[in-house]
Amino acid sequence: MSETISPATGSIILSSFRTITLVLFLTACESPETRVASGNKTGTLHWGNGTEPQSLDPHIATGVPEHHIISALMEGLVRKDSNTLEPVPGVAESWAISEDSLVYTFRLRPDLKWSNGDALDAHDFVWSWWRALQPALGNLYAYMYFPIANARRYYEGKLTEFDEVGVKALDKLTLQVSLENPTPYFLQLLDHYSMFPVHQATIENFGKADQRGTRWTHEGNMVSNGPFKLKKWSINREIIVERNALYYDNANVRLNAIVYYPIENGTTEERMFRAEQLHYTNDVPIDKIETYSNKKAHSLRINPYLGTYYYRLNTRVEHLQNKKVRRALALTIDRERLTKHVLKGRQIPAYAMTPPDTKGYFPPVSLEFDPEKARELMALSGYPNGKGFPPTEILYNTNEAHRKVAVAIQQMWKKHLNIDVSLINQEWKVYLDSETSGDYQISRAGWIGDYVDPNNFLDMFICEGGNNRTGWCNTEYDRLVLEEAPRGETDEERFDIFRKAETILMDELPIIPIYTYTSKNLVHASVKNLDPNILNQPSYTQIYLEGETD
Amino acid sequence: MLRFALGRILQAIPVLLAVITITFLLVHSAPGGPFSADKAVPPEVLIALEAQYKLDLPLWQQYSGYLGDVLRGDFGPSFKYPGRTVNELIATGFPVTAELGIYAMLVAISIGVIAGVLAAVRPNSIQDYVPMSLAMIGICMPSFLLGPLLVLFFGIYLEWLPISGWNNMPGDKILPAITLGTGYAAYVARLTRGGMIEVLSQDYIRTARAKGLPEFLIVFKHGLRGGLIPVVAFLGPAFAGMLGGSFVVETIFDIPGLGRFYVQAAFNRDYTMILGTTVFFAGLIIIFNIISDILAMWMNPRLQSKTHGPEK
Repeated sequence: MSETISPATGSIILSSFRTITLVLFLTACESPETRVASGNKTGTLHWGNGTEPQSLDPHIATGVPEHHIISALMEGLVRKDSNTLEPVPGVAESWAISEDSLVYTFRLRPDLKWSNGDALDAHDFVWSWWRALQPALGNLYAYMYFPIANARRYYEGKLTEFDEVGVKALDKLTLQVSLENPTPYFLQLLDHYSMFPVHQATIENFGKADQRGTRWTHEGNMVSNGPFKLKKWSINREIIVERNALYYDNANVRLNAIVYYPIENGTTEERMFRAEQLHYTNDVPIDKIETYSNKKAHSLRINPYLGTYYYRLNTRVEHLQNKKVRRALALTIDRERLTKHVLKGRQIPAYAMTPPDTKGYFPPVSLEFDPEKARELMALSGYPNGKGFPPTEILYNTNEAHRKVAVAIQQMWKKHLNIDVSLINQEWKVYLDSETSGDYQISRAGWIGDYVDPNNFLDMFICEGGNNRTGWCNTEYDRLVLEEAPRGETDEERFDIFRKAETILMDELPIIPIYTYTSKNLVHASVKNLDPNILNQPSYTQIYLEGETD
Repeated sequence: MLRFALGRILQAIPVLLAVITITFLLVHSAPGGPFSADKAVPPEVLIALEAQYKLDLPLWQQYSGYLGDVLRGDFGPSFKYPGRTVNELIATGFPVTAELGIYAMLVAISIGVIAGVLAAVRPNSIQDYVPMSLAMIGICMPSFLLGPLLVLFFGIYLEWLPISGWNNMPGDKILPAITLGTGYAAYVARLTRGGMIEVLSQDYIRTARAKGLPEFLIVFKHGLRGGLIPVVAFLGPAFAGMLGGSFVVETIFDIPGLGRFYVQAAFNRDYTMILGTTVFFAGLIIIFNIISDILAMWMNPRLQSKTHGPEK
């Protein structure tokens, strides 16, 4: 019997296999509506967001992807104008600054609500800021609070009473903040997520106030005060935030929801954009920039970004202790060539640490590309035509772009100074370890500004600065940055002092600035009101979606 | 058979213990800690964090504490994602990885067995050379090349299939399954061919032919059971390897599986996550090896009599 049935069974299997394949392909061939098209109809913005956020707790988070989501979910005392980055009213509807610029009195909007309907008042800020300064929480942005009177001493345990820290709720709607020194960029800091208010009852419901890693930020638990509220957090898939009807300015918010996708692979992200699955990409692969600028220039957004790519020189290394050698190295990097032919992302050649036009500050320029001068300096240092120059290494964390830059600089130094430099790459955490412990000669580095002020780029290089890592120490520089600049009452005054400090930095050159970053994004034509700014910080309250897909 | 299975399970215990110990020592000796960051970490923060995650205890205490937790089935909190436990991350990522693995396995078996049988039926003919050459290409082509090629062709040029995501759009699982499965399909094809050629030359097949059975029946009923033994032995470890190695495919297609978490954990020095996923994958590999051994024994009576001893 089976002899006659089995071939038939075989053909049944075969034909069902064919059918399944066909059905699979047919269902796939039906081109479904793209996310962009459906998002434009429902007011849902599809946003490529880089990596999976580490945390949505504003007092724990540190990255840009986290920043995007938190800034949709929460709001601080002030916001920034998305074009000029000047402070505009946020939770505080107005503020007054005392004559000595030391006391800020904020008037909160009446009837503010958390997303669960609870009232939000000035006491919430006092509690939130107290929490942010608890060392057990591991807040890496605690230093944003240090302009506030006694905040640093409290954080470092030198003060035990929080009452002595300069933040007081005078009444429900009035928050008074006293500063250590006049800090003209203080208002800007208030728009940083580390200074956003958090909901006390929710946090205490899920653990201790200073406990790291409780579940209060999870889907279904989180209470926030921003234009959107958390609807769904599906790990490594998507985070959906939806309009918060209790937000004070809800009537003017035009998006209904934002979906954040953690897409680490830039190529995948670009493909998704091309297939209209994303309105916005977090980055653009270098090899796609030319194609986009030729064929789809309207989608490509490249803008200056508040960040500097530079090399640290370890001044504890004998031959790098010589200032002339450091200058010779800095003078022989052809930054124009590097940015144009190697990086190709329209980066801006950098000749100082602070990016130009940082809040109107232009750094002094004493660097240039001058191989002739560099060779003279090398000869004066005892290395004529590179002779006798000790073996030197450039350290970078494993990454193709960093390797390209290092190779180009290695060649430039060989060509212009006739010195041999070797390259070593280390995996990220190993590289961090080597750099912090001073186990390197030259290492690549980058700094992205947290707020728009030269202080953020210059206070790194004070003697005791945790981010200095070069072993360089100059007491005059420290005096200017730590003592003189904070006393400056106007920006002009402070900028003059910063220029003096930066002149010292660029004369001594414990670091070699290489280029100013650019932000690179692909933005769909239907996304409106997404203003460019040097922090690449979107204002979700004003973005809207319009029109047909292109 | 039962004694054999129990024996294999007991053998697994020291293996797992060794995996935990070696991984524990390796992660703790790797340079760079879980909390080092680009921005300087203030000493008071570092002390607080280390205390919170018990990294301030002597290593042996951390080890014994960890062993105790693992025995209770608790892999601890993730260092990188505060508020998430390793168990939770595995529970979120693994079903996706397993689903991807199952589809890839189906691709591997269906393509591999058919190609292998075709080749074995007429060895050294064009019907052998073509599938086997393709198989060699499949083995040699890494998924990070095949994936983007498939995406480019089916996703971008033809626009037939979605290029990324998982469960977002119909058909978005097809390309990842093919990408992950193809390399294994190639192995399966070669193993099937080898096994089948050997089996088809056996006396009982000749007898079947002499009886005048249709070729289809000879190959698929009598030949395949014996011919697939090497394939079955390969599938267990292959499936575990697929799950552990799906990282590349998960990255290309942006699939929220465990593979991505596994590799990221190593980069992040997320000690508990590295340990948790390693132990988890080690457990899987052991289980799949045991299953494939049992299956192989079931399919091959000769092995059974070996473990049972000579019949009296």
